[in-house]
Amino acid sequence: MSWSGVLIASVGCYVLKSAGAFVPRRLIERRSVQAIAPLVPIALLIALVVVNAIGTGRRYGLDARLAGMTVAVVAITRRVPFLLVVILASATTALVRQIA
Amino acid sequence: MPDNALPSAISRRAIVRDGIGVGLATATYGLAFGAAAVTKGFSRPQAIALSSLMFTGGSQFAFITVIGAGGTLGAALLVTWFLGARNALYAARLADVLPAGRFRRSVAAQLVIDESMAMSVTRTERADARLGFWATGLSVFLFWNASTIVGAFAVGLVDDPNRFGLDVAFPAAFLALIWPQLRGRPALVTALVAALIAGALIPLAPAGVPILASVVGAIIGARFTRLTGPPRAAR
Repeated sequence: MSWSGVLIASVGCYVLKSAGAFVPRRLIERRSVQAIAPLVPIALLIALVVVNAIGTGRRYGLDARLAGMTVAVVAITRRVPFLLVVILASATTALVRQIA
Repeated sequence: MPDNALPSAISRRAIVRDGIGVGLATATYGLAFGAAAVTKGFSRPQAIALSSLMFTGGSQFAFITVIGAGGTLGAALLVTWFLGARNALYAARLADVLPAGRFRRSVAAQLVIDESMAMSVTRTERADARLGFWATGLSVFLFWNASTIVGAFAVGLVDDPNRFGLDVAFPAAFLALIWPQLRGRPALVTALVAALIAGALIPLAPAGVPILASVVGAIIGARFTRLTGPPRAAR
């Protein structure tokens, strides 16, 4: 792989990040943006959860991850600390894979 | 934790601890990334450069996967940037968390990724949000790059982090982080529509698109927000 490809790809990713960081203030303070902005991370994080839990590339993959995610939901609703939720979910998935 | 410690001190320590924990979790993927990049024909310096310069895991894996599969640079760039586009949304959301100065803001922008956003926007106090951003961003940067270097030089040792169930570490973490915010009609409608859009698009659209498209959920959810009076100052 050429270095120019690596650098162009990386610079593009940084441009995207900094474009968001330097969005004009008055745009952020618009009322419609004010209503939507707090909801954007909810949408993105839920989408990341769904894609990572049931997607395998461009296919659906229902596997041991579902067991891990179920345990995660139970742990979250029982107010288990954040890191423990992650550990329980991973351990469950690993265990189910081991058995399967 | 001592009972007499100030609540704020406890929460600050917990924020830093969670940031370090998230950084450690990414290290397993960093190992896999470093090894995969070298396996797919990238040089070790290139693998390391991708982790420090691109520094957004999804894009990095997509880039080496497309190139490794013999794809054109154009196709690789498209997928890489599509996946990276969500960082622009994150950075805009973090407008008040990122430092104001031009130089420091430019540096902080590089740390805007899934994890630092998630560990920041979920805090109610601005100081906590800032601490969450920096603790997580720097911790992930450190662990991600260090583990990429190790992975690049130890090709073959880490074949599959999924064996340890680590592929659910991130969805479980993201769900735990967002859960307390799933209250009220705007948030619930947003979550529901976002989940449906992302789920439906998995087989239909290239990687990254389902996540970007989920923003439509926020636009629909916002219609249930009742805004009265003048616009509030940006938070």
